[in-house]
Amino acid sequence: MNFETTIGLEVHVELKTKSKMFSPSPVAYGAESNINTNVIDFGFPGTLPTVNKEGYRLGVMVALALNANVENHTHFDRKNYFYPDNPKAYQLTQHDKPLAHDGWIEIEVDGKKKKIGIEELHVEEDAGKNTHGNDGYSYVDLNRQGTPLIEIVSKADMHSPEEAYQYLEKLRQIVQFTGASDVKMEEGSMRVDTNISIRPVGSDKFGTKVELKNLNSFNFVKLGLAYEEKRQSAIIKNGGSIGQETRRFDEKTGETMLMRVKSGADDYRYFPEPDLPGFEVSPDWVKEIQDNLPEPADKRRKRYVDELGIPEYDAGVLTDTKEMSDFFDEAVKFGANPKLVSNWLMGEVNAYLNDKKMGLLDTKLTPKNLSTMIKLISDGTISSKIAKKVFKETISNGTEPEGWVKEKGLVQESDPAVLTPMITEILDNNQQSIDDFKNGKDRAVGYLVGQIMKQTHGQANPKVVNKILMSELNNR
Amino acid sequence: MISKEEILHVAELANLKLKDDEVDGFVSQLGKIVNMEGNLASVDTTNIEPTYNMGDTSTTFREDKGIHTQTREQMFENVPESEDNLIKVPTIVAKGEDE
Amino acid sequence: MNYLNETIDSLHKKLADKELTSKELTEQTLAGIKETDKDISAFITVNDKATEVAQKVDEDGIKGPLSGIPIAIKDNIVSNGIKTTAASKILYNFMPVYSATVLEKLESAGAINIGKTNMDEFAMGSSTETSFFGNTHNPWNLDSVPGGSSGGSAAAVASGEVVAALGTDTGGSIRQPAAFNGIFGIKPTYGRVSRWGIIAFASSLDQVGVMTKRVEDSATVLSTMAGHDYHDSTSSEKEVPDYRANLNKDMNGVKIAIPKEFWHEGADPEVIQQVNNAIDAYKKMGATVEEVSLPTLKHAVEVYYVLASSEASSNLQRYDGVRYGFRAKDVKNIKDLFVNSRSEGFGDEVKRRIMLGTFALSAGAYDAYFKKAAQVRTIFIQEMNEVLDKYDLIMGPSTTSAAFKIGAKIDDPLAMYMNDILTIPANLAGLPAASVPAGLANGMPVGLQIMAKPFNEQAIFNAAYALQEENKFYEKIPTALKGED
Ligand SMILES: [Mg+2]
Ligand SMILES: [Zn+2]
Repeated sequence: MNFETTIGLEVHVELKTKSKMFSPSPVAYGAESNINTNVIDFGFPGTLPTVNKEGYRLGVMVALALNANVENHTHFDRKNYFYPDNPKAYQLTQHDKPLAHDGWIEIEVDGKKKKIGIEELHVEEDAGKNTHGNDGYSYVDLNRQGTPLIEIVSKADMHSPEEAYQYLEKLRQIVQFTGASDVKMEEGSMRVDTNISIRPVGSDKFGTKVELKNLNSFNFVKLGLAYEEKRQSAIIKNGGSIGQETRRFDEKTGETMLMRVKSGADDYRYFPEPDLPGFEVSPDWVKEIQDNLPEPADKRRKRYVDELGIPEYDAGVLTDTKEMSDFFDEAVKFGANPKLVSNWLMGEVNAYLNDKKMGLLDTKLTPKNLSTMIKLISDGTISSKIAKKVFKETISNGTEPEGWVKEKGLVQESDPAVLTPMITEILDNNQQSIDDFKNGKDRAVGYLVGQIMKQTHGQANPKVVNKILMSELNNR
Repeated sequence: MISKEEILHVAELANLKLKDDEVDGFVSQLGKIVNMEGNLASVDTTNIEPTYNMGDTSTTFREDKGIHTQTREQMFENVPESEDNLIKVPTIVAKGEDE
Repeated sequence: MNYLNETIDSLHKKLADKELTSKELTEQTLAGIKETDKDISAFITVNDKATEVAQKVDEDGIKGPLSGIPIAIKDNIVSNGIKTTAASKILYNFMPVYSATVLEKLESAGAINIGKTNMDEFAMGSSTETSFFGNTHNPWNLDSVPGGSSGGSAAAVASGEVVAALGTDTGGSIRQPAAFNGIFGIKPTYGRVSRWGIIAFASSLDQVGVMTKRVEDSATVLSTMAGHDYHDSTSSEKEVPDYRANLNKDMNGVKIAIPKEFWHEGADPEVIQQVNNAIDAYKKMGATVEEVSLPTLKHAVEVYYVLASSEASSNLQRYDGVRYGFRAKDVKNIKDLFVNSRSEGFGDEVKRRIMLGTFALSAGAYDAYFKKAAQVRTIFIQEMNEVLDKYDLIMGPSTTSAAFKIGAKIDDPLAMYMNDILTIPANLAGLPAASVPAGLANGMPVGLQIMAKPFNEQAIFNAAYALQEENKFYEKIPTALKGED
């Protein structure tokens, strides 16, 4: 029996705002427990929500980047359920009139392009966080409570774990390039839930959906889904049936485990939030957001190849993250040769980041300093050997290269008027090498260059030295 | 009418526990009220928009400024049990995290 | 202090003329409450810091009309540093760390929160009998209920403990107790007053209002506390008139509609008689009175109990024992904490409403109950608006009977709910509405209800003022208090 897999993904993305979606408390990842809370976040009696304009704007931005249609007349709904990290026992979300619907993104699997549909996107508030002690108690931190989220619900358009993986990669990239979110799985600013069902090829009825949660990386999504494909097909082949259940992925065993069996649909008793009037998202506002949408990765990649002459592969690496791409664009804007900037970013810079396990923005390197340094190499002010020293200094300490090079006397010596007397003197003292050269022993040149470098403490411009040396040798 | 099973299901959703001797009373009282409310069925509401919100406003958006309106100490004045600035509760029995 | 013969104006004059300091007035008020509340039990909490606050007002100098004047606050209005319970065990120890906007506005006008008044638990009831803190007694007959849910506020004003009190009105909770206690009480237009800091019962119906013996005093208080509040997105941005300064009792040419359905058979004939007398008085003052029909009124109670309970079921989910209020003891896990805290913390009536609302929103019932009621609400609003297109005011009885005896209806929720039929319409349509004393039926007060176009509270104040100046009901002293003089 052959099976066909159907996968749908629900992705929650935290929007990068200063304050919460329905309360003015600050939003900050990793803050002290419960420090960013107020009477609204605690669900105190008598409190009311107010809508964060920026949260909604970023939601619209993401929707537009995902080619979705933004709803012009909308409202918030209450989703009712009890949980200690959900203080009002209802979550403000958008149920029957989501922020946007019918979007799509294009992925590529095995060289084939494919559009994956997006059912809808809605803005909602995040819950707080529970931790579970071994002492029979749990502990609640409401810092995260109320953080703006956008939930992106895909259509059930994916048919393999690899397609799901590519969808997530592409989605992360698109959202990241809008600047609306950090989309960091490890900080929980991007979270993925999946639905997967399988059915015998040719069957016109979908199989029972299993929900898969607790997936902490895209890789685990792929592994979890692949495990489910195997698990479910084995059950069906043995004549069993798939239960409607929620499972979680165990990172240690690579297996999925039952969390709970769903008995019928959950009854969240959604209804329109009476504390907030409905509202208009005017076409003018949507257009303004559309017009100011940051350039997406695909366009940047094309621009790098077509206009800056960057090889296709390199352009792909440079647009992997927005911070890298922004950094590249900035450095080029300061006047450095784009190809050299690209080489440095992909070479030395990446090696440094990997070595130190740092992100680009965690270092002290600025686009301006990188650009200056590259220009110093290009115009011969420093040698590529010295450049490594300069790079280390500027990325670790944020030092401005031009001034530092001068201050430390690292400027390359390229003046023939200075170099020629030195070369003549060395030649005068090394008759043996001159003889060797005349006898066709090229090694002699290397030795002589080495002598000159030694005398200039490595600062002589090798190109100039070579030129003078050759002409002097030939004159003897 | 509303059955005893429905009443118990609703109580479960609402996180209320009815004592055994309360259940029948609730069934009959709520039954009467729900019956009364059932009279609404006789009103023709074809093409009538529901009214869920009142007031003469459309949502006024708040500008995105992060501010503290209470201190954490204030927020914990009413918390029945706490530890290390966390709200302490009896153990959360396994259930899907993060709705 | 006894406020039976005082007004905000008369008190302000004494304070401004330094005949009396706010501190003295506050001390006397506290003494009066201590004495009178032995019989009435209008208060849940008396503000023991009131004298200090009054002293500060004295030091800053008496300014506007409310400066230095003690006011009672219903206990579902959140007050920073003063226990606020909504008359529920589940909030028996709740100490707010912020104040309702209405209270902040009154306090910045110099008013003094003298204490928190008794009410039906979470404002769910019409008799103040569902309070966790016991009954309040009607000053016209201590065996009778003061009405509800703002029964404590009404009784405090009627018995002369205070000159003014705040109430809240979701389905008649200001007007019905005002009628039962022979005082004036107004529920403003939905959105006229901020709901920030009002412990929610039903968000699309709740509104804060004022209860006073004199119409002009309510006008002063409402002008002070109304207006837009950025905390409450449903609060209106319309400007607030000075209702007190604009008071005008000229009723010539005012068009009054009287819906025939308000005069239904079950009503007490004595009550109807007093209401009819009041309406005749308006005719004599030059108003035109015509009968109209509100055919959908017969469904108003149904619509109300579906919508109010549904919203309440959601609004009251936050009482779970986790962050504040009552927490059940000896529980093994979080589910037990939720269930036990709520089951032990809520009273029967609150549980009933939560159950009703949870049912109406549940998967199988939503369309037939919640959505259906919201649609019928639309129809009913249209009916009310059509009448108000042609008329300035709608009048009728505030209640079908005068105050009933304590215990008479508490075991029959349906009969209790039917009490609200005449007051619910204004809440469903979001209209301003008030009850003004019309007379006595068998020795108990009767209220005339007046409704007006949205945001035309002025028309209500004017009409009520005209009747007040005609019947001078405020001169009557509540029967149960007479012996004390
Ligand atoms: Mg969802
Ligand atoms: Zn969600």
